[in-house]
Amino acid sequence: MTQLEIRNLEVCHGLLKAVRGVDLDVNAGEVLAIVGANGAGKTTLMRAIAGSHRASKGSIHFNGQDIGALPAHQRVKRGLSLVPEGRRLFPKMTVQENLAVSAQIGRSGNWSIDSIFEVFENLVKRRHAKAETLSGGEQQATAIGRALVANPEIILLDEVSLGLSPAIVDRVYSILPKLRATATTVVLVEQDLGRVLKVSDRIICMLEGQVVLQGPTAELTREQIVEAYFGLKTSRKEKVQP
Amino acid sequence: MMGLLVQGVLLGGYYAILAAGLAFLYSVMGIINLAHGALAVVAAYMLLLFSQMTGMSPFVGLLLVLPAMAVIGVIVERGIFEPSSRGGPLLAVLATFGMSVVIDNLLFQQFGANTQSLANFIGDLSWDSWDLGGGLYVGKISVYTFLTAVFVLGGLQLLLTFTPVGRAIRATAQDSDTAGLIGLDARRIRMISSAIAFITIGIAGAALGMRSSFSPYAGGALLLFAFQATVIGGTATIWGTLIGGIILGLAQTLGAQIAPQGFLIGGNLVFFAVLFIRLLRGDMNWRSVLRLNRKATQ
Repeated sequence: MTQLEIRNLEVCHGLLKAVRGVDLDVNAGEVLAIVGANGAGKTTLMRAIAGSHRASKGSIHFNGQDIGALPAHQRVKRGLSLVPEGRRLFPKMTVQENLAVSAQIGRSGNWSIDSIFEVFENLVKRRHAKAETLSGGEQQATAIGRALVANPEIILLDEVSLGLSPAIVDRVYSILPKLRATATTVVLVEQDLGRVLKVSDRIICMLEGQVVLQGPTAELTREQIVEAYFGLKTSRKEKVQP
Repeated sequence: MMGLLVQGVLLGGYYAILAAGLAFLYSVMGIINLAHGALAVVAAYMLLLFSQMTGMSPFVGLLLVLPAMAVIGVIVERGIFEPSSRGGPLLAVLATFGMSVVIDNLLFQQFGANTQSLANFIGDLSWDSWDLGGGLYVGKISVYTFLTAVFVLGGLQLLLTFTPVGRAIRATAQDSDTAGLIGLDARRIRMISSAIAFITIGIAGAALGMRSSFSPYAGGALLLFAFQATVIGGTATIWGTLIGGIILGLAQTLGAQIAPQGFLIGGNLVFFAVLFIRLLRGDMNWRSVLRLNRKATQ
């Protein structure tokens, strides 16, 4: 079932079109990975879906309803949560407070502050520490936890491994099986192709604001993705259909 | 000497009440409200009208005036703060300056230049004092004002630290964009914050009217003292406002003992000393001068 349907989406930074005519379907319960080089428009697309960057053209439907005109906070209430690039925690608030401020206005569901601490055990001892004092891994765990306590139907993870050591990234990604277990849809922006191939059901590759390749992970080769990633051979209009 | 210190501290409580709304509004919304003093005078006139019309105490009038100030706060946020903030902090400062000019002149048109006071409506409280022994007297209204300052600032601290709305205010103050991404309606939070700030302005207006006299153009002096207390105390904590007020009150009281004009000069000297220390410690932009790093709510 299509949960998120994006058609002909165009998002601009001033005069620059960062996202150009993107069509995208996200199915319920899947892990969809969006890959692409820096400046490909991945983060802008995520922010447009989350509502913090207004699209100049196109439509976004979530569970059949047009959410394109809704501000970000109303999309959260509908079940869309973004873990932004750079974590963007509230630095002077504690881990507990960062979670609580999201939980107090979020939807009811499987996730609670206690269940976040069960999943990210390393945060338990740091629950009263200010976010600005946390390590990168702890900050990322808190950022993911903050999005999850709102009990989203779709969680958007934007570059969650950025700046983290591989061991820490493994711990961050250990949340994915639990998300699958709760039927939470995951849209993941990631630079690490190896990890993407391991964890995702479907891959979308963006180049210069457009989708240049998409398909089930099992049907795409690493070479195809790399070519699309760098714009080597794959024509922008030659999409591999899922 | 002890008497001077006590008087200075109690005066500081008054300045802390004056400054509370100014510091809170900046901390949460990044707005330097130059109409702060004029709005306190508005609250004082509202209480005066209430007492003149009903013959009841202005303390009872607060039950009406404080909610009215909250509503005015919401209207001002939607009508002036929010639109002007979109044009940058300087435009917001200019807008509040314009608002203060309009308020001053509307008050003058309505009430004339006569000096007014609420003292006539609070009975003995306006002049009564406690004898602490050793020739030391403290005015009851001064003590109550100081206690009100502690109560208001403590209440703000508790609100921000322990309540959901307080957490939302702090989150929005730190990063309004991310606040939206976790489901907080930043516009609504700003309206709530403005309402809270205007309630404290209403309390400041009551303190002004009961302790002293006021006229349509009294807002400028109030703004000056509130501004000085905020700068001296900084906004690192809510209690910084009280500390700043007390330091200002002590400096003015001690200055007045040295020379008749020393009341203002003493306060100004301390203000400039703190200002220069801040300038030396940080860069020269106006935010750092005010230590307005918006920490009070964080």
